[in-house]
Formats: sequence, structure tokens, C-alpha cells
Amino acid sequence: MTPREFVSTAHSPLTDGHLHAWGWEIPVYLFLGGLTAGILVLSGHALWSGRRNRGAAPSFALASSGLHLIGLGTISLGMLALFLDLTHKPFVWRLYLTFKPLSPMSWGAWILLIVYPVLMLGVLLDPPRWLRDRFPTATQRFLSFADRGAIRRKIGMAAVASGVALGIYTGVLLSALGARPLWSSSLLGPLFLVSGVSTGAALAHWLSPDAAESDQLLQLDNALLSIELGLLALLLIGFSSSNEAQVAAARLLLGGPYTAVFWVGVVLLGLLVPLTLQLLIVTRRIAHTAVAPLLVLSGGLILRFIFVFAGQASHWAPP
Amino acid sequence: MARLGMVIDTKRCVGCQDCVVACKTENRTPEGMNRDWITYATTGKFPKLSLKIQSERCNHCDDPPCVSCCPTGASHVHDWGGVVLVTKDECIGCKACVASCPYDARYIHPDGYADKCTFCIHRVEQGKDPACVSVCPTHCMYFGDLDDPESEVSRLLASRRHYSILPEAGTKPRIFYLE
Repeated sequence: MTPREFVSTAHSPLTDGHLHAWGWEIPVYLFLGGLTAGILVLSGHALWSGRRNRGAAPSFALASSGLHLIGLGTISLGMLALFLDLTHKPFVWRLYLTFKPLSPMSWGAWILLIVYPVLMLGVLLDPPRWLRDRFPTATQRFLSFADRGAIRRKIGMAAVASGVALGIYTGVLLSALGARPLWSSSLLGPLFLVSGVSTGAALAHWLSPDAAESDQLLQLDNALLSIELGLLALLLIGFSSSNEAQVAAARLLLGGPYTAVFWVGVVLLGLLVPLTLQLLIVTRRIAHTAVAPLLVLSGGLILRFIFVFAGQASHWAPP
Repeated sequence: MARLGMVIDTKRCVGCQDCVVACKTENRTPEGMNRDWITYATTGKFPKLSLKIQSERCNHCDDPPCVSCCPTGASHVHDWGGVVLVTKDECIGCKACVASCPYDARYIHPDGYADKCTFCIHRVEQGKDPACVSVCPTHCMYFGDLDDPESEVSRLLASRRHYSILPEAGTKPRIFYLE
């Protein structure tokens, strides 16, 4: 029976009222992790499929080291945000003294360690001029070894695999914490992966100087945005038809305090408007602009803020 | 191996908070943070109101999500008694354990590591009861081995109606309340 009046003397600063253990750092980290996952999947696929060959259209966004350098930047910023969130920072090295198979965070720590060398290999396969000028012999030696079809394909496969692992992990990180009903869904992994690849595609088609590639990325992004809409719908249907705690969790987005920001920030401005704009661009009714990719990127960021914050507000014993 | 647990008689608990004070004194918990606490839940409709008082803390679950989510192994199950503990020098302060606990039993110590009830393992290893149990003026709290059918906790659970908090969270809590 729901109490008429409930008083607790717990008074923990992190849980009083409802959980607020994580602030801005975790959603920012999840967003930047997802964006890096998208960059890895897209550029890795370009390498794997052989689209990105030696000397082939080096101006392509996916074929340039620029995207990998951005990936190194986004994952580093994400890890900085994660580090800022830690409250016992001097002991962060403890992550790398063990591997805990049941802990998504342990998986994530090791996945991040794989992501860095894969991104660096992507940079070295198309070394920027400053790198060639500074280390001419080393870059040449690396290219003479690695710039072969089979090795490029293997690096591409590693990039796709590590990108998928990174993207799914950003969602599983939350869904493994079953104490919060809004996170308790296996759809969060695919949702965050699709959203991550979508933000990666948005960034790539915004930066791509090649019209043909930009169009392909736009079409891919449209498919990803549509899948994301479907996954969000399935997630809400799943919650709404589940137990009392998950129904209450869904209500946070369906009439509760996160409703406006979810429907306006994520569904409308982050998914439906860019999808419409990108369909008009593909059919040549309007020109490429930065508006659609910026909306997709901001929608991805807001999605993570909402899920981290609303998730913390959800509880097995809803008020 | 022992499976330590607690039984609390809600018919005897008067919510005096002696257990809370004893814990703070014994474990020197920082100001503003508690390893145990009291909840007062009023149900019903005036004039037929009912007040339920519970002394709450970490449930030292059989299937503790705080242990499985910990990326460093700082949160662990103690070899003796299955008590859930935190090794502070292994904790990085990621707060995954805080978020994973359906009982909101953890807090971050001002020194940065996650902290919680230890069932006063330092006392229990000396054959004593946890501080909260030892001071209860109404003797409403019982501590012992749930796997030993002759223990006081097992006998109480076998003879009285009881419940645990949020069993639907699936963590198999080891604190039981007598009705």
C-alpha cells in the first residue's frame, strides 16, 4: 500500500529525494563515447569494404585522417568528463589491474584502451601533412607495411568491432543497473549504438567536402534516425506495458517532469526535424547546411542527459 | 559457511534511532551521512491510520548488484558470512554501486570512496553483535546465521510472518522484518 506519509532519516546527499549520483559528466561522456563509436563504425566500414583505398579520393571525410583525429579528440574529452566524475581519482589506475566480466564499466575501461590504438592506426593510414613532415621515415615505414588491402581490411574490421562494442557499452552501462527501472531495458544498448552511429554520420556528412559521399551519409543517417525513432517507441511501449515501477518510469517521459524536453529536444528537434530536412536535401529541394547535423548532434546529447537524469529519478518504490 | 542476516521486529521497534546513533559512534560515519536510518510510513485513512517503523541499512543481498557492477572489485562479498564490503583503496568513486542499489544504502565518503553498512564486521569477527543490534533498547533486532536452522534469526523466520524490502528488485536481501 502506498504510504499516506513517508519520513526517512537517511539524508544521504546522493539519494535524498531521489538518486542524483551522476551530474553532467556522465551524459557528456556517453554522448562523446557514442559519437566516437559512430566515427569508428563508419570509417572502419570504409576501410573494410575497400572504399577507402590508397590514393582514392583522399578528400572524402571517411577517407581522411581528420575524422580519426576528431575521434581521438572526442573520446579523450569523454574520458576527461568521466575522470572528472570520479570521486576517488588517485585510484583510477585500479581499473586496469583487473577485469570484471559482470561489470559493464570494467568492459568499458578495456574497450577504451582498444579504441585508442585503432583510431591511431586510422590516422597513420592517411597521415596528415604535419605528421609526414615531422616523422617522414616512420610514417613511410608504417605505410609500406600497413597500406595493403588485407591489412587495411583487418584494421577496418577492428574499427567496426571496437566501435560497435563502444556504442553498445554506453547503453549497457546504464541498463546493467537494474535498480533504476528506466534503465532496466536491453533496448538501451542498441538505442545508444544507433544514436551514436547517427551522430557520427551527421558529423561526417557535415564535414565531408564530397557531395556524393555526403549524400550517402545523409541517406544512412535518415535510416538510423528512423530506427532510433522505432527503438524509442518500443522502449516506451515496453515500459508502459511492464510492472508498476516501469510504468512510473515511463511516466517521467509521458506526462512527468522530463516530458517537454524529451518530446521537443529529442523526438522533434533531434529526430523528426533533421529527418525531414535531410529528406528534402536528398531530394534536392534544399541545400546542404549545418542545421540538420547540428540538430542530430544536440538531440543525441539531450537523449543521454534525459536518460541519465530521468533514470536516476526512477525507482522500484515509486512515490 | 555462515550466511549472516538480520531480523527486525517491527512490532517492537519504536523508532528511537538508538541504532542510528550507535552506528555513527561505532563507525565514525561523517556528518550528514548514515549507514543506517529509520523510516516512518503512515498508511490508511483517518481515523484508521497505521504507522510502520523500520530500521533500514544495506541488505547485504545474496545477489548484490553493487558487487557485480563494480569495475575494480572494490565492492566484494566477504569470505566469512557473505557480508558485502568495500575496499576503500580499490574504489575509484565511479558511483555505479550507488546507482545500482535499490535500497539507496550507499553514500560517498568525504574522502571519495563508496561507503555503507558492514554489519560491523570488525565486531562480528570478535563474536559481538553489530553496534545497532547491541544497543537496541526494545531488543527488536536480531543478528545471526540464516543458514543455521538453530540460530535465533532462523527460528524467528520459521515461526513469524515476515517480509523483506523490495524483493521484486531481485537482489535477495538478507534483512527481514517481522510483522
